Amino acid sequence: MRRVRLYQVGVIAGLLLLLEALCLAGVIDKITMPPPHRIAVDLVKLLLAGKLYPEIGKSLANVLLAFGLAYSTGIVTGTVLHGYRTARETLDPLFATYYAIPVFAFYPLFIVIFGLGDGPQVLIGFLLGVVAVIVTMLNGLDRVPRVLRKTASICRMGPFETAVHVTLPFCAPYLLTAAKLALAYAFIGVIGSEFIMARSGMGYEIGYAYTNFDNATMYPLIVLILLLSIVMNGVLTHWEKLLLARRGQR
Amino acid sequence: MTSAHVALKGVTKRFPASAGGQAVHALGPIDLSIRQGEFFAVVGPSGCGKSTLLELIAGLTPASEGQIEFEGRAIENEIPDGIGVVFQEDACFPWLSVRENVEFGLRKAGVAPDEKARRVRDAIAMMGLGEFAPSYPAQLSGGMRQRVCIARTLVAKPRLLLLDEPFGALDQQTRLLMGDEVLRLWREIGATVFLITHALDEAAMLADRIAVMSARPGTVIDMVETHWPRERDSRIVEQESFGATTSRLWKTLREESMKTMGRSAAAT
Repeated sequence: MRRVRLYQVGVIAGLLLLLEALCLAGVIDKITMPPPHRIAVDLVKLLLAGKLYPEIGKSLANVLLAFGLAYSTGIVTGTVLHGYRTARETLDPLFATYYAIPVFAFYPLFIVIFGLGDGPQVLIGFLLGVVAVIVTMLNGLDRVPRVLRKTASICRMGPFETAVHVTLPFCAPYLLTAAKLALAYAFIGVIGSEFIMARSGMGYEIGYAYTNFDNATMYPLIVLILLLSIVMNGVLTHWEKLLLARRGQR
Repeated sequence: MTSAHVALKGVTKRFPASAGGQAVHALGPIDLSIRQGEFFAVVGPSGCGKSTLLELIAGLTPASEGQIEFEGRAIENEIPDGIGVVFQEDACFPWLSVRENVEFGLRKAGVAPDEKARRVRDAIAMMGLGEFAPSYPAQLSGGMRQRVCIARTLVAKPRLLLLDEPFGALDQQTRLLMGDEVLRLWREIGATVFLITHALDEAAMLADRIAVMSARPGTVIDMVETHWPRERDSRIVEQESFGATTSRLWKTLREESMKTMGRSAAAT
């Protein structure tokens, strides 16, 4: 395991070094992309200056709001649908084709309905994530062994206690997978929406920097989004691994 | 009917037709009377409704017709107090340690914390799992996990212990040893034991009485008394009467098993 970790770090470091060499050698010109060490320095400067903190805070708040809404709605909806076979079978075709629908295409409609504020961005982040959470939740609930439910019944537990003490703990690894998906989709939805039509936020700032050839802002912001997304996903993946290891599944 | 610890009168189970299928008459009518403190086993061909019978007694599924009584009270749409079940499948909660799994059996028992801790400790020790109390099920063998499930059932001090092929997934040596464990526990806790098994030797070794069921719809076609002393263990397999008992069971069951196989062949 330790060796694998070393290989992973080695691959990333190797790619960064290659990029650095290509930038320094002029194969990739400075206007297209500054060398990675320059991006790192610019990122530190950007963070120390604190000028973009309101933008970063706004984007992160919207990402977390979209994530929280998608996650809670998805879990509740998935749990309810699992108990109603007909409703589930009715919605199955929608779930199967949902990700073929370009949610971003509805952006103008969302602006008409919700105005130019943060609402449409959060809504897109929510819409992208919610079905992934529902489907993952249903998948987890389908796998709860019948014998565990029977054991709960023998222990004279009602439906609510069974859900809290048996069903949901069994589904914990699926809940973490759902959280990872919801978080990734929330980032894509919110930051992507800020690119298209917003007056603030990290996505807007990246787009603005791009049109003004401001690489000292654009690349550090892109790296910051990457880092935030990787760290949050990494924490969830770590919990998932711990859970699966305890269950002998990894 | 009230003198029996468990009594079944005209019990029948029919499963309604599923989409495109036919209704299934799974079981009955069955009349049974199980005595207090008795070790009672049921054997029968695959699909005869043995597990359904156990679920009916446990209150996990309602009977289509007839009446089931436990300690003189009818079992109707709820799990009666005083019943414990050990299932064939691994029923350990994988996210809980051995200690927490056993504690789970007392979640609704309304037992004081001190008493709970003592009973959990005793049940774990009784099943020889003391050093594994902080371990998780994934770290245990199949036999040990089944012992965790037995400990979780015993901690609630059931007066009727229902065992649904509890050793089905274990190898023969472990099954014999687990059989000894169950006999020892049966003597210690004084509960009535109702064992479902497909293994004739297991039934002949463990039970005071054995009901033989017909092919579906399962009914009781023979009742065999073993006349074993209460103090017994797996060494009784060496006795001549053990062979005679298993022979009698097989003689009755052979034709029923052939019927089941014929039905399977016809279905394919």
